[in-house]
Amino acid sequence: MSEAVNLLKRAETYKENVKDIKKRIVVCAGTGCIAGGALKVIDKFEEVIKAKGLNVAMTINKHEDGYQVSGSGCQGFCQMGPVLTILPENIMYCKVTPEDVEEILEKTILGDTLIDRLVYTHKPDQKSYPKKAEMPFYRKQSPVVLKKCGSIDPTDINEYIALGGYAQALRCTTMTAEEICSFMMDSGLKGRGGAGFPTGRKWDLTRQSVSDKKYIICNGDEGDPGAFMDSAVMEGNPHSIIEGMMIAAMAIGADEGYVYVRTEYPLAVKRIRAAVKAAQEAGILGDKMLGTDRAFNLTVMEGAGAFVCGEETALIASVEGKRGMPTPKPPFPAQKGLFGKPTSINNVETLSTVPVIFEMGADEYKKLGTAAAPGTKTFALTGHVLNTGLIEVPFGETLRTIVYNIAGGVTEENGDISPEGLKAVQIGGPSGGCLTQEHLDMPLDYQNLKAIGAMVGSGGMVVMNHKTCMVEIARYFMEFTQNESCGKCVVCREGTKQMLDILTDITQGRATMEQLALLEELALVVQKVSLCGLGKSAPNPVLSTLKYFRDEYVEHIVNKRCPTGQCKALRSYSIDAEKCIGCGACVRKCPTGAITGEKKQPHMIDAAKCIKCGACMDACKFGAVLA
Amino acid sequence: MKTNQIVTVDNKQVPIEGERNLLELIRKAGVEIPTFCYHSEMSIYAACRLCMVDVEGMGMVASCSTTPTPGMVVKTSTPEIRETRKMILELLLASHQGDCQTCRKGDDCKLLALANRLGVRDVRFKRKGRNLPLDLSSPSIARDPNKCILCGDCVRICSEIQGVGAIGFAHRGAHSIVTPCFERDIATVECIDCGQCTKVCPTGALTIKSDTTEVFTAIQSKDKYVVAAIAPAVRVAIGEEFGLETGANAVGKMVATLKMMGFDAVYDVSYSADLTIFEEGTELLGRVTEGENLPMFTSCCPGWVKFMEQYYSDYANNLSTCKSPQQMLGSLVKETLPDVVKKDRKDIVFVSIMPCTAKKFEAKRDEFRVADSPDVDYVITTHELALLIRERGIMFNEMEPEAFDMPYGFNTGGGVIFGNSGGVSEAAIRFAGEKLTGKKTDDYIIREVRGEEGIREVEYDFSGTKLKMAVVSGLGNARKVMDNIKAGTSQYDFVEIMACPSGCINGGGQPVSADRLARQKRTEALYRTDKMLQLHKSQDNPYINDLYTNFLGKPGSHKAHELLHTHYHARSRIKSDRIETPAETDKLPVSICFGTGCFIRGSQKLLSQLTSFISANGLEDKVSLDATFCFEKCDQGPVVRIGDETITHCTRVKAIEALTEKLNLHANA
Repeated sequence: MSEAVNLLKRAETYKENVKDIKKRIVVCAGTGCIAGGALKVIDKFEEVIKAKGLNVAMTINKHEDGYQVSGSGCQGFCQMGPVLTILPENIMYCKVTPEDVEEILEKTILGDTLIDRLVYTHKPDQKSYPKKAEMPFYRKQSPVVLKKCGSIDPTDINEYIALGGYAQALRCTTMTAEEICSFMMDSGLKGRGGAGFPTGRKWDLTRQSVSDKKYIICNGDEGDPGAFMDSAVMEGNPHSIIEGMMIAAMAIGADEGYVYVRTEYPLAVKRIRAAVKAAQEAGILGDKMLGTDRAFNLTVMEGAGAFVCGEETALIASVEGKRGMPTPKPPFPAQKGLFGKPTSINNVETLSTVPVIFEMGADEYKKLGTAAAPGTKTFALTGHVLNTGLIEVPFGETLRTIVYNIAGGVTEENGDISPEGLKAVQIGGPSGGCLTQEHLDMPLDYQNLKAIGAMVGSGGMVVMNHKTCMVEIARYFMEFTQNESCGKCVVCREGTKQMLDILTDITQGRATMEQLALLEELALVVQKVSLCGLGKSAPNPVLSTLKYFRDEYVEHIVNKRCPTGQCKALRSYSIDAEKCIGCGACVRKCPTGAITGEKKQPHMIDAAKCIKCGACMDACKFGAVLA
Repeated sequence: MKTNQIVTVDNKQVPIEGERNLLELIRKAGVEIPTFCYHSEMSIYAACRLCMVDVEGMGMVASCSTTPTPGMVVKTSTPEIRETRKMILELLLASHQGDCQTCRKGDDCKLLALANRLGVRDVRFKRKGRNLPLDLSSPSIARDPNKCILCGDCVRICSEIQGVGAIGFAHRGAHSIVTPCFERDIATVECIDCGQCTKVCPTGALTIKSDTTEVFTAIQSKDKYVVAAIAPAVRVAIGEEFGLETGANAVGKMVATLKMMGFDAVYDVSYSADLTIFEEGTELLGRVTEGENLPMFTSCCPGWVKFMEQYYSDYANNLSTCKSPQQMLGSLVKETLPDVVKKDRKDIVFVSIMPCTAKKFEAKRDEFRVADSPDVDYVITTHELALLIRERGIMFNEMEPEAFDMPYGFNTGGGVIFGNSGGVSEAAIRFAGEKLTGKKTDDYIIREVRGEEGIREVEYDFSGTKLKMAVVSGLGNARKVMDNIKAGTSQYDFVEIMACPSGCINGGGQPVSADRLARQKRTEALYRTDKMLQLHKSQDNPYINDLYTNFLGKPGSHKAHELLHTHYHARSRIKSDRIETPAETDKLPVSICFGTGCFIRGSQKLLSQLTSFISANGLEDKVSLDATFCFEKCDQGPVVRIGDETITHCTRVKAIEALTEKLNLHANA
């Protein structure tokens, strides 16, 4: 097989080119770090290297000894971005700026000294962790999908190949479709996009559909607020997705595939487009895939910005050029999908896991995670934690480990560790539910989460501290789903609107207990009767917050009080006469003239005039304004 | 019946006999499941969620999108289903502008009916009706988006059945609306005014644009001579509005009622249908002899005519030049009546009563007016007439039948069956048969052209002369036939096309019937009427023979052409907002389309490339570059117009080539 030689040759050439590289600086070029200025850091490296005539390569094309600087996909530690890793020592520098570049080259690369100020210091124990693997954030993780994501150069196909890339696709060309499907079923991999349907089973169903044409679609329409796992993989390791799609295509008998990426991910679109082009030029994709007689061609398509297009039938409609609206199932895409042909739609993370499983072997893979949910799951960790970022843990890991070890604990608004700890974690985004302190030691997997009314979802994890109003959280997510409902089925379109309305009423102190009962009744109908997954899961945030925080709802309704003080409409401002010195600072700020008082005498707030803007509170230097 | 193919519906054993879904099977069992969005002839949409039933082992499922499988045990009503349906209706009512008393839909509203039927007596949600502007731009259709429940029936009938797609969905969530493209007025887009959307719309969101007030005023006006003309299909449907049996022919009652309402004369459009046969039949025989402009398409249906003008204007010359029967009669009445009744043309008011909403559009076409005076002043539909009758309090069912006024009230069966799909063809065959063979026969029924299929192909043998014909109804079917003709895979001599499925008896202005067999019954009723008439062949109509003898000369004469024929032209699908700036300079105009199709094919890049080319070459004084809206070649984008040349699939190179050629200079890029 000529292309096999080609793969080997590319790997050998790459290895030959890098063999004398003594040190490599991998600058994270994921979205978060780029936003923090990572590209400027890379530019600065190039500039300094040129100016000083250093023996450092920016791209690995030819044999150069010395040093290399490359970009990578997300390295996960977004909180501390821009970050860079120095290999082979595996030293991580945090919050790097272009001003640090010269010093890094001089001291750490050419010399061997650490720059202490760029090393991560862990607040809780005040210790410094120069080595990435020892950092609390990374120590408890088990990267499988993200392993290469944060280290390899996503724009260099040869590096992917040199690390064993496309070898599994090549191996699959010698397997039958049944063999590939049964291998996948054996691995126990479940779809990482949300619903958790066994991937091998999905492929096998599509394989069994008889048709002259079949499609494989990669669902990269990651739309949950707070989720960025898929974007990280698309940006950081696009070739793994292509390889996964090739294997899927062989399993189901497809000769054409689409990568559907949300348009709000320009970097992912760019990287995956470039990767597809490189794979075509290498003969990996095309009419003679990997030099075989079968064709596999890939098209990258941008979505038009609708959350609902993550739902597979809506996604298909969108690829077909129609309005992204779900259609009733059955028929399932495996029977009748894109352009009416059998289609398998798999999530980015799922597809990216596929070549890894083939490389590890199903048995080895199953050793990770739990029996019911083998393998690992990536989570996008955000909210009130010390260290936000992208993580990967085996299924069965507990929330406690994630929040308190990996993320470094729950924080207050000002970033200090919160003495009260965790209030809740919203998992699975607007379709998911919340976990509380009582779930801290529950092993996280599909079944356990489903049992308590939450879901793995795509893997967004928003951690919330005690200052978070759970009614407001439910309202926030409802506002999101209401805006993102496609408007097709009545219960989702009108139901989310009415739920949002009632939730808004509650947060503004207008609701009655009858409305709360109606909210619950409606939530159950929407959950049961909606046409697609978006509608069916839209009430989850309401139902789960009601389950664990009903008192908070009741407090809003009966006593017109928000226990966390977050709901602005329910705040009432007053002035502590003891603390007020009558300086008049608040009077000057108040936009409605609600504050009166004699100079040097305690002031008063007229509740009828107060619009609860909080300007007085900000203006008071003595903490005399109470809310 | 296979014993194992059984579904249990509410304890009743029901055999599966190829039903499309559980809903149809349940209907067969005798239970009417509530639904807004399920229609047997359209795709399954599954959006209203009202048709939920309980299937053992599956729980609540939407019966419209569930396939019946043997052994299923179905309950169509449980406390849960009842509460769910009520809640769905509450949700719909909460966001519906509920001014039922003054709603255009009157008491035909399905939302109102279902809310009553399911006993919704309380809406517990906050009423959050919208306040969007009405669209009254169209002569035929009134749009009130505030009444829309987004069931999508109109969208699907327009695209799936009529092949037009003038309306679609826009926006998301609670902001979703059904709208013409770019939220334009419906009159400025490709709507062909067939009114089928108004028939499927369950609420007052899409209704027939009413002309009843104008008609009422005209009748009451002393100095006007007001003529009513009744189309064939109206007579077999109006009775349904007054509780008569479906398909009852109530033409005598109609004439009596119209007289009582104050019309000065009541004529029959079947008369001018007979006249059409003379003109169109002669035209067809002429074209066949000459072998010119074949196939010849009928031109009776204004919905089809507009459709053809928009999408298949290459065939404009193939359309019969005959005006439709409505326009022929209008033209004739306005030409001949002033002398008879001693009135000015402008004081004669011609009101046609039609099964059709597109006739309202047709009556307003520029082709059909003499100076400022239209040949047809007002068109009211069957449904509007019923409203007028009710308003006047006339007890329709009690009326003693009366006869039409002569001469334009005399008709043969050939004219009457125009209301059925295939009717024009049948009457034409009756005419051509005798003309070609020169022999009179007593036979008149041509079964070959009758039937329910939307496309019927017939090769009719006139003793040796064979004519290949197609009878088409529903514009979705028309599109298929036209594409085949265009591709050369179908060849015909004569093609009859009616926009509405089954023809005028199912027109957009006809009553909405709960009777699922209404279409068939109305069709049969017109054939029965034909049978009961003494004369069946248009050429035997003595009054028409008189008309030719005394006035027109012969079919196709100069006079006939002047009064009874016209020409149709290509028509843009979207009325352009383009403001043509007067040629104040001698700059070469260059327009780049920024419509969606061209935009996604890179028109923005092209614009910037041309802009930089123009500035790099100092051509600002010689070229005026602008972005424009649709050239309606969306699949061939980007489209660029340079001077009078339209370039499809335009690239930078192509554009610069054309530009340089036109400016007669050398490009240095």
